[in-house]
Amino acid sequence: MGIKVDIANVSKSYGDEDENNFVRALDDVSIQLQDGEFVSFLGPSGCGKSTLLHIIGGFERATRGEVRVNGTAIAGPGADRGVVFQDYALFPWLTVMENVTFGLKLKELPQRECREIAREFIALVGLAGFENSFPHQLSGGMRQRCALARSVANDPEVLLMDEPLAAIDALTRNSLQEEILKVCDARDGRTRKSVIYVTHSIEEAVFLSDRIVVMTPRPGRILEVIAVPFDRPRNDDTRLAPTFQLLAGEIWGILKSYVQPH
Amino acid sequence: MTARELQHPQEITRHARTRRSRWGKLQRALRRGGPRLVRLIILPIALIALWEIFARLELINPIFFPMPSRIVAAAYQLLLDGELVRNIADSLRRIAIANVVAIGIAVPLGFLMGLYRPFEDIMDGLINLVRPIPPLAWIPLAIVWFGLGEVSVAFITLISAFFAILLNTIAGVRAVDKSLVRAALSLGATRRVLITKVVLPATLPSLFNGFRIALGVSWMSIVAAELIASSSGLGFMINYYRELLRPDLIFVGMLSIGIIGFLMDRGLQWIERRLLPWRVALEL
Repeated sequence: MGIKVDIANVSKSYGDEDENNFVRALDDVSIQLQDGEFVSFLGPSGCGKSTLLHIIGGFERATRGEVRVNGTAIAGPGADRGVVFQDYALFPWLTVMENVTFGLKLKELPQRECREIAREFIALVGLAGFENSFPHQLSGGMRQRCALARSVANDPEVLLMDEPLAAIDALTRNSLQEEILKVCDARDGRTRKSVIYVTHSIEEAVFLSDRIVVMTPRPGRILEVIAVPFDRPRNDDTRLAPTFQLLAGEIWGILKSYVQPH
Repeated sequence: MTARELQHPQEITRHARTRRSRWGKLQRALRRGGPRLVRLIILPIALIALWEIFARLELINPIFFPMPSRIVAAAYQLLLDGELVRNIADSLRRIAIANVVAIGIAVPLGFLMGLYRPFEDIMDGLINLVRPIPPLAWIPLAIVWFGLGEVSVAFITLISAFFAILLNTIAGVRAVDKSLVRAALSLGATRRVLITKVVLPATLPSLFNGFRIALGVSWMSIVAAELIASSSGLGFMINYYRELLRPDLIFVGMLSIGIIGFLMDRGLQWIERRLLPWRVALEL
């Protein structure tokens, strides 16, 4: 165990300080992610959780502070941080197999090994038999499974997930949550993946996480960090456990006053 | 009565089905307006029939509107002695050359402009100044530069095709989904990989759009260019037969352009569907 991701005093603002359009999206956010840990950032819209994920992904720069992965400060996007997007971001001109091997080929692994690894992860997310399908032939849930396989197969140091299940229907969502845990779990000599997960669903955060970072909006700040006590593997029984509901209720109690009425 | 019907739903259905089988097919066909092919060709055929009748009754002047049957006979004659084929081949060759050159210049230029903002700024002023000039306004200058004939006609066609391809290429590069770019970078793509493996394929649909538009405008400008600056080609042909007062042959030339233009567009669509089967998803 060691520190995988170190988010140190990260602030992000848009616009000039004395102008009207000035927005403080993140204010002095610090948290450390242990190796193999699953941490969710939970909060209402505008709390800066997606901005923080974009900064860790290297898509945006922090105004102040920095993010270190394995002790090295990040500069731009890279293969050490795999990203799963809300809109899947699959390459529509590539098949499932080609999408999953995209990153592997860039690592200059031999063709055969790429296909072997890809086939393993495609099967793991339940897409065996769809290797040669194009994304537009798949349902939303299947597309996200494919995107998940693509990111994990690339074996990043940390996996960043930006509300990956927000566009998935509620029934598929439950089974995909289990799928995510399964894929990120330790297997065949690989250690458990470290995951940073952004969501606005309390239940989802409780089900998936080792720790939940509760954030509040305007400016985005960490309000509280909550440890989730459930063992793995987690399944439907976990959801039914009274402590699960209690914890979810407790988090709702914390967040309630920060959710603006619409 | 109602109670009885409710007790025997199958009977009612069977009764309805026998009636439907007798009239159903015809009724449904009429309600839909017949098979699609019939709907597509019914108006042209009706117009041609009316035209033929009016011309035979000399209700319209056959000098202006030669009978369709005469146009067909004239087309057959022109096909037999090879003149029509030769003119079509000349026009097609010029269009092919012009479009290949236009693609060769406009696609790379469009990519550079779409990818590098400073380069676009440098080019933009010049391009926006030249673009509003209609291709036909280049004809006099083309004749001065290249003389009458092949090169002038190809040049005019090139100019019209060029902008269609350039603008669609730039728009396509700009419209590449930001998520796809981020996904590629997070999978370890370098800038070169990003351009060849993501931006290029993502731009292909717009490129094809550009090619289709370019082919369309090619026909518009090549006919005008051949009217003035050439002694062969379909544009030359229709003007030549104007001088000989042969409207039937003018119609043959015009219809040839229509048919070939239509077939080329369909052909390009077909190629696009074969090469980019994933594109259906984007049109939804």
